Amino acid sequence: MDAIVIQILNGLDKGSAYALIALGLTLIFGTLGVVNFAHGALFMIGAFCAVTFSKFLNLSHIVIDETRKDFLGNPLKVEVPYIYDFFGQATGDAIIDWAVPLSIIFAIPVMIAIGFIMERGLIKHFYKRPHADQILVTFGLAIVLQEVIKYYYGANPIPTPAPAAFAGSFDFGAMLGFDPNQIIYPYWRLVYFAFAAVIIGAVFAFLQFTTFGMVVRAGMADRETVGLLGIDIDKRFTIMFGIAAAVAGLAGVMYAPINSPNYHMGMDFLVLSFVVVVVGGMGSLPGAVLAGFLLGILESFASMAVVLETLPGINQIIIYLVAIIILLTRPRGLMGRKGVMEE
Amino acid sequence: MSFKNLTRRGVIKTGAIAGAGLALPTYLRADGHSGFTNAPQGDTVTLGFNVPQSGPYADEGADELRAFQLAVEHLNGEGDGGMLQTFSSKALDGTGILGKKVQYVSGDTQTKSDAARASAKSMIEKDGAVMISGGSSSGVAVAVQALCQEAGIIFMAGLTHSNDTTGKDKRANGFRHFFNSYMSGAALAPILAKEYGTDRKAYHLTADYNWGYTTEEAVRSSTEAMGWETVNAVKTPLTATDFSAYIAPVIQSGADVLVLNHYGGNMVNSLTNAVQFGLRDQTVNGKQFEIVVPLYSELMARGAGANIKGIIGSQNWDWSLEDKLGARYTGTNAFVQSFGTKYGFPPSQAAHTCYVQTLLYADAVTRGGSFNPCSVVEALAGFEFDGLGNGPTLYRADDHQCFKDVLVVKGKENPENQYDLVEIVEVTPAEQVTYAPDHPQFAGGSLGTCNPGA
Repeated sequence: MDAIVIQILNGLDKGSAYALIALGLTLIFGTLGVVNFAHGALFMIGAFCAVTFSKFLNLSHIVIDETRKDFLGNPLKVEVPYIYDFFGQATGDAIIDWAVPLSIIFAIPVMIAIGFIMERGLIKHFYKRPHADQILVTFGLAIVLQEVIKYYYGANPIPTPAPAAFAGSFDFGAMLGFDPNQIIYPYWRLVYFAFAAVIIGAVFAFLQFTTFGMVVRAGMADRETVGLLGIDIDKRFTIMFGIAAAVAGLAGVMYAPINSPNYHMGMDFLVLSFVVVVVGGMGSLPGAVLAGFLLGILESFASMAVVLETLPGINQIIIYLVAIIILLTRPRGLMGRKGVMEE
Repeated sequence: MSFKNLTRRGVIKTGAIAGAGLALPTYLRADGHSGFTNAPQGDTVTLGFNVPQSGPYADEGADELRAFQLAVEHLNGEGDGGMLQTFSSKALDGTGILGKKVQYVSGDTQTKSDAARASAKSMIEKDGAVMISGGSSSGVAVAVQALCQEAGIIFMAGLTHSNDTTGKDKRANGFRHFFNSYMSGAALAPILAKEYGTDRKAYHLTADYNWGYTTEEAVRSSTEAMGWETVNAVKTPLTATDFSAYIAPVIQSGADVLVLNHYGGNMVNSLTNAVQFGLRDQTVNGKQFEIVVPLYSELMARGAGANIKGIIGSQNWDWSLEDKLGARYTGTNAFVQSFGTKYGFPPSQAAHTCYVQTLLYADAVTRGGSFNPCSVVEALAGFEFDGLGNGPTLYRADDHQCFKDVLVVKGKENPENQYDLVEIVEVTPAEQVTYAPDHPQFAGGSLGTCNPGA
């Protein structure tokens, strides 16, 4: 039983990432009708926003320490962050420690700007082109973005730790009445799950309870009619692209402490996120979220030693297997809408 | 048969194409008369450095390439000479190799066997490389070594740790300076027994490919021999990024040690996940839970950040070796000085092994008096040397594997700077990591005979 609980918990945080990426993908597909293969790259850029902000906080000047030697035997050049000069060492250290959560403030405008530039600069030219063209150009863009990141940050993962207050783990099992030390769960993963829930809730609330959201939903249902009413729906859809980019970026920012960011992390999530969108139902926002968590949990279960002993390699194909079964039984996905991608 | 369509222009065209076709093999094998592939013509000799310049090991590849460039400089008499000054063999004098100036070409393995073979083939056939070196993966090393054997080229392996490179996949034209999985297991076992006791239950997570298997086998057999029990061993996909689903069952298995047979990004992520899940804070079976990483690298340690603190593993070499353990490891400081002055940071063990392999090749050619691969094989097989940073070393004739001391290291608790990431726990003498050439972990395959090619 405790093994099942821990795998559900594991699935929740991975599912959170899938759900956030798939949510953005569905927003873009539902509004602009574009299959955006660069969405994984936006997740990766979000994680690198956290890396960049952390590096920015650690910008230093050199102080020569004559009492210590470097690896060549020369006096050691000690790097002192500028932030110490402004706030003192204790406050400076605390700010650096909280670099990842603080980088959200930095990431939101950056990601919205990147979203705008991507949409206005490249993707809008492909609205009337076949989906194959859109896939090719956005996939190409994803490769360019990840190579740019690799050029500046290198190929190795860059450690980006969570604040010390959330660094450890806690005994979740004991809280539920299981034996002690059987279900251990890291604090940060719980934070990630809660954060994802807030973001998903905020996106739904934005679409459901604001006039802007209402117009966007109307545009998703019938773009032409909304246009005929004199509403500039394209402008609103561009803003939605920026919001979708910000959602992917924030998913990346908060994911940085879970796995050290590297240039390839977007691609690792991209394909699975597309499966999530298809399983959830093309264009269905609740479907994307539901499928994200469902497939995240299934993937966790398939990685259990006892399952792997019975069905070796199942962990690598489970998502695709379930996707096939769902699509065979429900061709529009779990919550797919009639008419989407069917014309 | 009719010659009605025969024209003057047609005959010239056909003749030119046929002539070029016939001449091409001669051009590619201009050394045909010399009895071996790519015999250097003129006053230069070309070496081929095949390293990952893209993909997940690109940083490691970049460090290897820096070391190769430094080695070429030193062979040509430029710079401060580095390890040429400390090398026990004095055959090299800074005038190139056999009086020929050394030049090099580089290729990108992309850490993929097929891409690595293609780039090695191109360097051999188009650039006339007489020796290929490099790599950052055992799969790549085994593939390129086999190619070099067929082509009649010497392969001086870079970073490759699988037993198979000098085990079942060994080749007469291939040589490995880097240590291997068996040596890691043999070096680690006594230290693990000393640090953690002999009554331990181990859980292995193993990367699902050649290197992972041999490392798991080596560590399992050496730790089981001293009394440890292996509770479970789970293969993890090479493409895995989040290991939480594999880490969680470890706690419930009753194991008190987790062995991560992972390398590169896999290791960084699995270790980070294991620490996040609080494994190191656990007490299991009345003992502190421990994590072991059999193969360490400085670049991996940098990626793992603070999570690497206190984790035990093994290394082929470390830049602080001579400072910490004295003159037995002479050559280390000379290399660190050259490398550090040129590039501004200390070299990795991948850089060290590549630099040393280039020098060893050049030395073998010089001592043998020929670039002929069979002459090189004769000069290197059974060669004993010193002064290249690892202490006294033997290139064993039976399998072309170097035997030397192995470092057991631990992630440093309080690093003084960003390069000071590991502390040396102990150096295991070469005798303790030496095995019989027909050891079961190296069984199968045959060295064969050297192939000079053309």
